[in-house]
Amino acid sequence: MDRQEWEAVIGLEVHCQLLTKSKIFSGAATAYGAAPNTQADAVTLGLPGVLPVLNGTALEMAVKFGLAVDAQIAERCVFARKHYFYPDLPKGYQISQYELPIVYQGHLDIELSNGKDAEPTVKRIGITRAHMEEDAGKSLHEGFVGITGIDLNRAGTPLIEIVSEPDIRSAAEAVAYLKKLHQLVVYLGICDGNMQEGSFRCDANVSVRRKGETKFGTRTETKNVNSFRFVEKAIEYEIERQIDVIESGGRIVQETRLFNPDTGETRAMRTKEDANDYRYFPDPDLLPVVVTTDDRERIRATMPELPEAKKQRFTTQYGLSKYDATVLTGEAALADYYESVVKLSGADAKLCANWVSGDLLGALNKLGRDIGDSPVTAPMLAGMVARIADKTISGKIAKDVFEAMLGGEAQGDDAADAIIKAKGLVQITDEGPVLAAIDEVMAKNPQQLADYRGGKDKLFGFFVGQVMRATQGKANPDLVNKLLKDKLAP
Amino acid sequence: MHRQSIKALGEGLRAKKFSSRELTQQYLQRIEALDPQLNSYISVTAEQALAQADAADTRLARGEGGPLTGIPLAQKDIFCTQGVKTSCGSKMLDNFVAPYDATIVGKLHADAGMVMLGKCNMDEFAMGSSNETSWYGPVKNPWDTTRVPGGSSGGSVAAVAAGLAPAATATDTGGSIRQPAALTNLTGIKPTYGRVSRYGMIAFASSLDQAGVVARSAEDAAYVLQAMSGFDPLDSTSIDRPVGDLVTGLGQSIKGLRIGLPREYFAEGLADAVRSRVMDAVKVLEAQGAVISEISLPNSPLSVPTYYVVAPAEASSNLARYDGVRYGHRAADAKNLEDLYKRSRAEGFGPEVQRRIMVGTYVLSHGYYDAYYLKAQKVRKLIYDDFRRAFESVDLVLGPTTTDVAFALGAKTDDPVSMYLNDIYTIAANLAGIPALSLSCGFVDGLPVGLQLMGNYFDEARLLNAAHQYQQATDWHMQAPKGFE
Repeated sequence: MDRQEWEAVIGLEVHCQLLTKSKIFSGAATAYGAAPNTQADAVTLGLPGVLPVLNGTALEMAVKFGLAVDAQIAERCVFARKHYFYPDLPKGYQISQYELPIVYQGHLDIELSNGKDAEPTVKRIGITRAHMEEDAGKSLHEGFVGITGIDLNRAGTPLIEIVSEPDIRSAAEAVAYLKKLHQLVVYLGICDGNMQEGSFRCDANVSVRRKGETKFGTRTETKNVNSFRFVEKAIEYEIERQIDVIESGGRIVQETRLFNPDTGETRAMRTKEDANDYRYFPDPDLLPVVVTTDDRERIRATMPELPEAKKQRFTTQYGLSKYDATVLTGEAALADYYESVVKLSGADAKLCANWVSGDLLGALNKLGRDIGDSPVTAPMLAGMVARIADKTISGKIAKDVFEAMLGGEAQGDDAADAIIKAKGLVQITDEGPVLAAIDEVMAKNPQQLADYRGGKDKLFGFFVGQVMRATQGKANPDLVNKLLKDKLAP
Repeated sequence: MHRQSIKALGEGLRAKKFSSRELTQQYLQRIEALDPQLNSYISVTAEQALAQADAADTRLARGEGGPLTGIPLAQKDIFCTQGVKTSCGSKMLDNFVAPYDATIVGKLHADAGMVMLGKCNMDEFAMGSSNETSWYGPVKNPWDTTRVPGGSSGGSVAAVAAGLAPAATATDTGGSIRQPAALTNLTGIKPTYGRVSRYGMIAFASSLDQAGVVARSAEDAAYVLQAMSGFDPLDSTSIDRPVGDLVTGLGQSIKGLRIGLPREYFAEGLADAVRSRVMDAVKVLEAQGAVISEISLPNSPLSVPTYYVVAPAEASSNLARYDGVRYGHRAADAKNLEDLYKRSRAEGFGPEVQRRIMVGTYVLSHGYYDAYYLKAQKVRKLIYDDFRRAFESVDLVLGPTTTDVAFALGAKTDDPVSMYLNDIYTIAANLAGIPALSLSCGFVDGLPVGLQLMGNYFDEARLLNAAHQYQQATDWHMQAPKGFE
């Protein structure tokens, strides 16, 4: 078998829960984790006689998404009913959009790495459409014997379903697309992006064909793969499985499959033949939604700066490398943190970037914390970087100050100053004490002095180290260098 | 007291000639004594009614309240009423006690201060033209208890015609207010679609359903409709537009009012005696100054088939929620989920409802949608265009409400199509969304004949005024059925 002969064709459907306070068609709350059915009002329960009323914020969020992916925003879109019976679907239909979705014909550019030092390849993935719909409730099987528990808290939570074109060719591209999409919706503030809680869920449509073939193969849809890693594994598994089936003379059946994260395999759930006839028709309880040019531009004006634009700005405004800019704009909160450190410290932007993307992110990673609940706040870090910039402390001493702040040894915006003072870490910039230390070191190390003066230049570093040690690291390194050069000279 | 107009009852209450409690008790006594012959109420809420009456009396004693405060009213059992069984005439909802009030229930009782006597019988989920599909048994027509009162608001009209309520709410999806009003000598108005909130009114066909009122006169109807109407933010199809004053609008002359008679409404199928009563009424209106002309609504013959695609399609969807899971009838000892669904629905829904769910499911199915549902929507547009053109040259459209007088119980139960044809003159108004009214214009062999007036969008005031002017010149609407005087 030669895998090189094959190519995968992948399209993703992403369900993204919108961050509204109330549901898409009623005033019930949407918060995650409440006691079962405490967020199910009359509309959520689908009681006789209730009617849906569209949540305007959900509509605005969907429009924001469309604008962010350069899509068309439908001037007139229509809600439709999608029918199937299931206990966690209270009305026997889901209100969704079918023929006329709010967003269509957009795209997202993804970057594919070509190794650490090479420029990444940019690939454009088409976004066919994004439509608004309501989420279903949850059926709970665990913890019940002989019955199924129904929790309708999630029912009616607003979603946008984002459907990509079948432009994706590998699991790696799929993950790059998903990550980009995830970053975007979180940036837009329209989704919390929590994949564990199901705020951002992915179904993968996968088919394979021999390279050069222009027709698509038969596809399968793998449902609800809820982490980037699982998406990668599920797609890789599915590609291999399909190639195996075809190469051993079999045929791919159009079906829905379920990914098992424990085994890394997918298994058939239902075939096309058992598929529901959803009997879509326009929901007569809801009028067509009209988004005028004015509405659209008003919403556009409320859009935050998007990741690509921010990245560009960081390279020009702060003179950062593309790599640094990419890291620092990975999350809006991180970018905000960085910009506030630059502003508050007044220090060199590159110096700030090193501290934020290096020490801070490293520490947060170890602690398993988000930038939002970093023990070292932006003003705290800025206070410290300012002391490096004004030479109160050296970069080396700063590491100790940072550790102390991380350990909670001082709080508040002037934590760094408090630590520097308490520990006596102020850099020595007067010549007197440094000269005294140099004299002491020279006296203690006559042999090395003789060797240095005899031409062993490399010993200069030894003397620097000894002087720094003698001053508990507090001596200004530049000053030490300068004075040592003079004193050591034969 | 039970033959007095709503206006007179209101004046009597405010003049302290009688209390709301006395008035309410009288109606409750009449219901107890007479309703066994009619079966017009599913629930009588006597205790609650007396409490509401006392509250109304307190308001009246303080000089508060409006023209309807303290006046009893019957609610069609399609409107959700908090704490009271709301069955929609179905076994499916026999155990359903609504946890909330429909918007119009709040408007009529909490706001206007009317007293709810109980919940009226109706065809199951409002699907029927004779009130024979109710799980609670058929309603009898007070004018002849061997005959149907019409449907689906059969309980509402029988109760009002028999003096078991001064007025009643009703709903109209294809004629369910006007046809039963016609068969029981009442005035019933279906307002413009969107005029009255549908929130809390159990849906049959959402794009056609509209709440209204049945009463003994246009004036009575105007009082109640005034209190029911208006924009509701809980109903996205409700229209935010001032209602105007329907009651004070009643005093206007109809001199110069242009009334069109569509030739299609007087064609084959119309009983001669009914035609003759309707034409007598036309002469009365003409004598009052109305200008009569013949018009054409060429797509009228398409109304019934269009309706029987659109209404079942929406019904099949609206009734999907009755699955035995959260409320309503649940089959005992379900073997699995599918068994629970199938048996709960098979046991909970009667045959007419099941028939419409099946038709509706079929017309929305993949491969049939375009041929049926989409096509029906296109025809619906043609029917709407007919009216738009008609209203360029006339103010109101006039015709018979039904082809004939009330038929015998059981006469059409085995023939759904002949039952469906009962609504041949009433359906078009629902498809177009325009307001329409039926009022009595005489009798044939002691049975009432209904006259239908249809108006342009939001022309409820003009419709009610025309009906009121006719009722100033005639006294058909004052007549009461024997045994229920």
